[in-house]
Amino acid sequence: MITLNGISKSFKVAKRSAGLRQAAKALFVREHTIVEALRDITFSIGKGEIVGYIGPNGAGKSTSIKVMSGILVPDRGSCEIMGYTPWKERTAYVKQIGVVFGQRSQLWWDVPVIDSFELLRDIYKIPTQVYRANVDLLTETLDLASLLPTPVRQLSLGQRMRCEIAASLLHDPQVLFLDEPTIGLDAVSKIAVRHFIQTINKEKGITVVLTTHDMNDIEALANRILMIGHGRLLYDGSLGELRRRFGAQKTITVEYREHSLPVRVEGAELLSWTAERAMFTVDTSRCKVADAIAQLSEQLELVDVAVEATPIDEIIVQLYKEHSL
Amino acid sequence: MRTYLSVGKLRFIHGMQYRTAAFAGIATQFFFGFVFIMIFVAFYSHSTVEQPISLEQVVSYSWLRQAFLAFVALWFRDSEIFQLITSGNVAYELCRPCRLYEFWFSKLVGQRLSYAVLRCFPILAVTFFLPAPYRLNPPASAESLSLFVAALLLGLLVNVAISMFIYISVFWTMSPIGSTMMIAIVGDFFSGMLIPVPLMPDWLQQVSYALPFRWALDFPFRVYSGNIATAEALWGILIQAVWIVALFLLGRWALQRSLRKLVVQGG
Amino acid sequence: MKMYWSYLRILFKSIAQYRLSFWLLAVGQSLTPLTGFAGIYFMFERFGQLRDWQFYEVALCFAVVHLSYTLCEAFARGFDTFSTLVVNGGFDRLLVRPRSTLVQVLGSRFEFARVGRISFSLILLFWAIGNLDIAWTAAKVVTLLLMIVSGMAIVAGIYIVTASLCFWTVEGLEIANIFTDGGREMAQYPLNIYGKWVKVFFTYVIPYGCVNYLPLLYILDRTQGSGWLYMLTPLVGVVFLLPCLLIWRFGVKHYCSTGS
Repeated sequence: MITLNGISKSFKVAKRSAGLRQAAKALFVREHTIVEALRDITFSIGKGEIVGYIGPNGAGKSTSIKVMSGILVPDRGSCEIMGYTPWKERTAYVKQIGVVFGQRSQLWWDVPVIDSFELLRDIYKIPTQVYRANVDLLTETLDLASLLPTPVRQLSLGQRMRCEIAASLLHDPQVLFLDEPTIGLDAVSKIAVRHFIQTINKEKGITVVLTTHDMNDIEALANRILMIGHGRLLYDGSLGELRRRFGAQKTITVEYREHSLPVRVEGAELLSWTAERAMFTVDTSRCKVADAIAQLSEQLELVDVAVEATPIDEIIVQLYKEHSL
Repeated sequence: MRTYLSVGKLRFIHGMQYRTAAFAGIATQFFFGFVFIMIFVAFYSHSTVEQPISLEQVVSYSWLRQAFLAFVALWFRDSEIFQLITSGNVAYELCRPCRLYEFWFSKLVGQRLSYAVLRCFPILAVTFFLPAPYRLNPPASAESLSLFVAALLLGLLVNVAISMFIYISVFWTMSPIGSTMMIAIVGDFFSGMLIPVPLMPDWLQQVSYALPFRWALDFPFRVYSGNIATAEALWGILIQAVWIVALFLLGRWALQRSLRKLVVQGG
Repeated sequence: MKMYWSYLRILFKSIAQYRLSFWLLAVGQSLTPLTGFAGIYFMFERFGQLRDWQFYEVALCFAVVHLSYTLCEAFARGFDTFSTLVVNGGFDRLLVRPRSTLVQVLGSRFEFARVGRISFSLILLFWAIGNLDIAWTAAKVVTLLLMIVSGMAIVAGIYIVTASLCFWTVEGLEIANIFTDGGREMAQYPLNIYGKWVKVFFTYVIPYGCVNYLPLLYILDRTQGSGWLYMLTPLVGVVFLLPCLLIWRFGVKHYCSTGS
């Protein structure tokens, strides 16, 4: 479906320096630095996958999305999406894709949403029947009925994002690129958006590539993540695998009848201790969680036990650290 | 007073950064200057009677206007102030320990000064050495020159005092386009921006003399070329000062009223 | 074409939301050519004539230039304000749509408020024609229409080139005002009153003279020899548009290879 092979892209960035003399010099010669935004990126994505594209700010996420959506021509490498080279057959290609830029609207600000949809119908030359069917379907799944007659400027951010996603699906694209679709949304809207992405992926088999900073998005949606840093592809695999790599540690929290002295557990590390509550971390490769709990119950009169995996955010922080990002 | 001076200075330094824009501006001013002068030359070429302002004086008038456009043009505007008013954020400005009218006034003066300083010297320097009909003639006399400088600077204050009303009007219309555009267009016409006031028909000259606009433009530029004699110029400078005080007081009063309305409405 | 109409419909709906400011703007905008024309009127009142040109002849010239210029401003507003589209990244959005970028930019803005200026120019045009003793023929009517359309083509060309430059830099582009606003100020008077370099520049480089002055001579029966040549000179304006479109394509290509 999507194949990138050795994609590289560098930008010339003009140096700006303070001081009058430098500024005067800059009128004639500009000094440039070369920023390598993408270095030798290679991956392929199959039909119907949802792929999370992550990385810190400035890592090259947007550049990759721009290359894949045909906006930007890379310096080197090849890219084939549904048989097209995005930047070569731009107009034919973009008919097959939908793009949502989370921070920029594609809807017309002052008019009702439905008017924007109708204009998009004419821009994409969508046959009337297809358009009608899609609007009906999207209205139902995204719960848009009350939003369609409202001018965009009166919508909340969450409502607008639902309309943005609907707008990018009117022309039945096979691939959907979402650039930070949940940015700035409240919890309820985030869940609604995630749920919707899942639905269209399942029902229409649309391939989804999304960038985000919210790891909950990834956890809820993506069966595969691509991590990029300093323009390089650093990780390509499932979230579970990442968990296994970094998530070998579990946190055990226990509550018990009053006990004044700390207890020791073989293979676990004590994090905190009070008379009624204690936290341990367990390295599961050295000690089974069940063994640890067994040890604890021998020494303490347990009231409550909770076992948690290391939060995904922390795994990502560790991963970034590992690559010194 | 020191606060207002430093506000003006800040704006001035800020404005001096836009050199590329200034280059573009200078080129544009030159072009427009040449076109205007060519049109006047063509009109004067068949004139048999003596006109109330000579061609040489019109040429000087045109170049000075191009060089000091930032002093005289009413359509120069500060979108920051417009945004403050229309967004209602002007309420925050009230928290400053200084008077808003004076604050904006000095900001606008600083802005126009920086624009003019960046643009006027190249234009003046080149136009002094142009061939015959296009040349900017030297001032009529040493007195004319010093009176011109005084009149020009006072003219800047007249202009800023007038433009303050444009900003104040936005408190009432809440839209920076309609009303400001009309004040600017009418004002520019009566200030002699399009054709010098002496070339207007008599009745229009009377209207123009009764309004404040010409004191920012027509008056200083005609003092320079001696079209307005020294004695008359001295009186004119006095009238300029009277206009400045009158407009200043009226503007401050109008702004206070608008702000009170704002406070009553709760922003 | 259908898409362009849809664009217009949606833009019209947008401005209909701000009715009062729309009318204020329309009236305010029509004041600019009004005072400009008043200036010309008063100059004629004082001087009687401008070289060998009479007042109504200049009025006709003024009206035609303003009409084509204002029409173009209304249609090609998207190019005039193109730098914002590049700066805020909105142009990326146009690139992921399966249509020509040119049409999309054209459809991104339409300045309906120019209706004030357009009607002023139209009134002036008919008033000037009514006061001139022209022996109208079909050819002259065609020439007049050609003048208006080709004038639009030239202004549009300059807008497109300026917008293309936004792909490289957005600084200092005010200089294009010389060719748009400056060109209009200049072309509202007959070209032969100007100095030589202005005449040469605005005949051969930016051919305002070809679409305005020369055909005007034909309409006013001031030509010597064959009128055909004068009648057809406005087509130069359309020719002028072609290299401008090429520059646009080149600019888009550059944008795609460098990002913003």
